Amino acid sequence: MARIVGGLATSHVPAIGGAMAKGLQKDPYWAPFFDGFPATHRWLDSVKPDAAVVIYNDHGLNFFLDKMPTFAVGAAPDYRNSDEGWGIPVLAPFKGDTRLSWHIIETLVDAEFDPVSCQEMLVDHAFSIPMELFFRDRAHGIPSVPVVVNTVQHPLPSLARCFKLGQAIGRAIESYPEDIKVVVIGTGGLSHQLEGERAGFINKDFDKACMDAMTGDIGKITRINPHDLVELAGSQGVEVMNWVAMRGALTGDVHELHRNYHLPISNTASGIMLLENRPRLAHAA
Amino acid sequence: MGQSATVVAQERSSREIFGTPIFGPAAAQKGYGLNKMCFSFNEAANRAEFVHDEAAYCARFGLSDEQIQAILKRDLLKLLDCGGNAYYLAKFAGILGLNMQDIGALQTGVTVEQFKAKLLAARDS
Repeated sequence: MARIVGGLATSHVPAIGGAMAKGLQKDPYWAPFFDGFPATHRWLDSVKPDAAVVIYNDHGLNFFLDKMPTFAVGAAPDYRNSDEGWGIPVLAPFKGDTRLSWHIIETLVDAEFDPVSCQEMLVDHAFSIPMELFFRDRAHGIPSVPVVVNTVQHPLPSLARCFKLGQAIGRAIESYPEDIKVVVIGTGGLSHQLEGERAGFINKDFDKACMDAMTGDIGKITRINPHDLVELAGSQGVEVMNWVAMRGALTGDVHELHRNYHLPISNTASGIMLLENRPRLAHAA
Repeated sequence: MGQSATVVAQERSSREIFGTPIFGPAAAQKGYGLNKMCFSFNEAANRAEFVHDEAAYCARFGLSDEQIQAILKRDLLKLLDCGGNAYYLAKFAGILGLNMQDIGALQTGVTVEQFKAKLLAARDS
């Protein structure tokens, strides 16, 4: 049976892609962010996951408002990145795992989640940048399953719903008959707002509470309704929905192994987290 | 109980958050053509065509006069008011060669340096 080894989270600002292309990882502006990754690399090198499930939001590359799914799951043999219109480099294609994808889709529908299944899907920076940040030279070789959550158009799914989606994904992975190790990734956040007279809004206290809740009382975050989430996290800070879904997928005892918090990169408070998912000890008879 | 829950939900979603447009059903309908045009900017050929004749390109997507004027004047707050969505408008900003700090400064009525200082100040908040 498949095993969930842990969860990873990172912000996914497009400018990170520009900085990587220009080799600015050691630049004083960028270093406090990129320096947050070696700890995750060491962990990935030792755990060696066989597949990644990546929960993120599309920013108008694959999905437009004509058909806007609340939840969508990729089921393609490979996933192309493409021109997103804001001048960041287009990355090489990523590898899919159709068998794992369809197993997740079937299990989600059984669990009364009804995602859109996508046999063709472009993946934007919210998928591609975290893949490269975490997996480096393995980024385009490790089989992946992209899961898209709507953060673009209200009504947004609630954080409680995203957490349950994650739980259902976790059960799906654990019931997958192959003996593989899977890592679950949530991307986006933390607090930021791009538009309006409140553009530039950042909320350090919320971000800390959100990171603390990943191993503490997740209910403190999942109780927040979408409108209040916009107020607390900023219009685009709602992307923490992807973190919450990732956390939901960790079915065992969850331990924080690493975190990094820095602001600002572009207009965003950036967060990186590494959570280990340890098997729960069997209950005493 | 179901009814009062609905009322609460409506009150919640109508409560204004300063300077924060909510992109929901009303904006999604009002801004459909505008956002569709911005979505087309994913392709370089479309960006070039837009730059060649902005007003004609806008008209092709059925933008209202108000929306066209806001595009021509680079009036971002107006574009939001006209149903523009931040993620799609960012593609328009890309054509203009503006980054997110430029956009932030324009919308909040400060200089780019002041906007960057505001972002930094969040460290000490």
